[in-house]
Amino acid sequence: MRDTTTEPSPTGDAAEAVLTIRDLRTFFQTDGHVVKAVDGVSFSVRRGETLGVVGESGSGKSVACLSALRLVPSPPAFHPSGEIRFQGRDLLRLPEPEIEALRGNRLAMIFQDPMTSLNPYLRVARQLTEVLEVHQGATPAAARREAIAMLERVGIPDAGRRIDQYPHQFSGGMRQRVMIAMALLCQPEVLLADEPTTALDVTVQAQILELIAELQASLGTAVVLVTHDLGVVAGTADRVVVMYAGRIVEEGPTGELFANPQHPYTRGLLASMPRIDTPPTGHLEAIAGLPPDLGHLPTGCAFHPRCPLASDRCRHEEPPVVAISATHRAACFEVEAGG
Amino acid sequence: MSALPPTELSPLLEVRDLAVRYRLERPGGLLSRGHDELRAVDGVNLVVRRGETLGLVGESGCGKSTTGRAVLQLLKPSTGTVVFDGQPIHDWWVRKGRRWVWDARLRDLRRRMQMIFQDPFASLNPRMTVEAILTEPLRNFGLAAGSDRRRRVQELMATVGMDPRFIRRYPHEFSGGQRQRIGIARALALGPDLIVADEPISALDVSIQAQILNLLARLREELGLTMIFIAHDLAAVRHISDRIAVMYLGRIVEEADAGEIVAAPRHPYTQALISAVPVPDPVQEATRQRTVLSGEVPSPVNPPSGCPFHTRCPLREDRCTRDVPVLREIAPGHRVACHLVE
Repeated sequence: MRDTTTEPSPTGDAAEAVLTIRDLRTFFQTDGHVVKAVDGVSFSVRRGETLGVVGESGSGKSVACLSALRLVPSPPAFHPSGEIRFQGRDLLRLPEPEIEALRGNRLAMIFQDPMTSLNPYLRVARQLTEVLEVHQGATPAAARREAIAMLERVGIPDAGRRIDQYPHQFSGGMRQRVMIAMALLCQPEVLLADEPTTALDVTVQAQILELIAELQASLGTAVVLVTHDLGVVAGTADRVVVMYAGRIVEEGPTGELFANPQHPYTRGLLASMPRIDTPPTGHLEAIAGLPPDLGHLPTGCAFHPRCPLASDRCRHEEPPVVAISATHRAACFEVEAGG
Repeated sequence: MSALPPTELSPLLEVRDLAVRYRLERPGGLLSRGHDELRAVDGVNLVVRRGETLGLVGESGCGKSTTGRAVLQLLKPSTGTVVFDGQPIHDWWVRKGRRWVWDARLRDLRRRMQMIFQDPFASLNPRMTVEAILTEPLRNFGLAAGSDRRRRVQELMATVGMDPRFIRRYPHEFSGGQRQRIGIARALALGPDLIVADEPISALDVSIQAQILNLLARLREELGLTMIFIAHDLAAVRHISDRIAVMYLGRIVEEADAGEIVAAPRHPYTQALISAVPVPDPVQEATRQRTVLSGEVPSPVNPPSGCPFHTRCPLREDRCTRDVPVLREIAPGHRVACHLVE
């Protein structure tokens, strides 16, 4: 959400927040256009909390996380602007060796496809012990012991033998567990999980989400869970941020946001989903139109071409961020302030 | 009832003991040579009535897509029968050298059976305009020549909710949802009776999925289509299907009316599958009972003895490891393959 004030976000108490992102902008240069993938995003996450970041493809949810770890290559991206506060420092202004020391150690990330973070040429043992040896100076024997213990903890049977296998010898669900083990070995303060269960079957998804929740509870990790699935968010997140076209359109505690969604996009998403818990309606209330082209964003509110409530003002002016309650905000002209 | 001709009473599709097996050569030296057998589909029985939509759900590797392809004879079933509109189409193959190919009857039957694919990026030829893509099936069957052909293509575009002026464009100029509409238009070009839609919405964004589900529901009504809707997303399958069959490791483990199977699932696997589907409601998510299965789907190369689900089943008994449960009717229209269901 575009925060024009310098006040800390009302939901992310600055004293408690482990990671605070303020006014983050990540732009790309392509074919002569500037693509505003992330355009003024602010959010924070507290110790032990799960923040759900929801959006469709192109909403900027993944790029926001990658930018937080400075993993977006530049070029084609411009250096992100804004501020990412972690342990009293601004990650966007840290020299590369210092951010490298944090990445995979204090700040870890897991991806939709485990093969993007596992090296297919190296045995799992080598990949797991490396983080401990490099970041924490563990001896090889101690690192191996710890790695096996973590593999057991994430539910890999026969971990003592399987640690010497290569990634391709694991199934999709097991590989995801290896990646989670790798991410959590150094007991990071923050875990950024980008669609961690999207490629998995629902029964395996349930296992992985339960595993993340258990480990989070025992380690106090702050989790940023990026997903397109509102069902996953409803079951796991304490707070939710909804993104559209590079911006936050709504933010609030999970219960409040689902019970009382305010932004027409959030409402549209919820109404368009077929649900297993209610009788089918016959016709789904689909959101009209197509997601926007980030290189040619509509003027005013980026959602206006698809919005059933769009007025003339929405076509020309950017909507303000309206506080619905102390913890719930939406960026829309039609939303009434409250709280 | 007796006034109807017999073909109106018979189901459009009847599948009996369908199996698709693949031979996997074992790597190794001369002496250890041999092969394994992968049972992708292992004895499937299905009946699809005219105008009905049957949902086929299951997790990756359960054989649901292979079943769809074998039904349409896009691959040759290893054993079993597929009867389409009273005709045994599984026999309509001829040997050509070392390969099996469709005979003339099966080629002609393509007009009546079509498929919609998951990935609209991979299933449309990037070098062909939309007009060429939609004209190809018409030309193959010698339908609608000259200006009629152009008119038919424009009509198809309108049917799937696309601007008919876009027919000169190429697939890359469209979004994922629009490409899926083109894939649907292509499947409809020949006026089929049966559509097999294989994960038609899983590659699409959430806000676009509803558009495509609505489109399929409307076309089904308007054109009287019979449909097999294959997907892993149980909520979407329930939304569009009259009946649902749940597959596990190449077999159907439960089949019932769509509402009933979700409200009162009987097979332990169906129960776990439904309990694992996330619901966009935090209050429910916090309170609902969830059966989290341990382990993963076993390999179809070495399927477990007895019930294929016994390795993960919370209710397993001794006989489950020995005897294969048969799919039997426990209530009208509700079939379950489990020893423990009365």
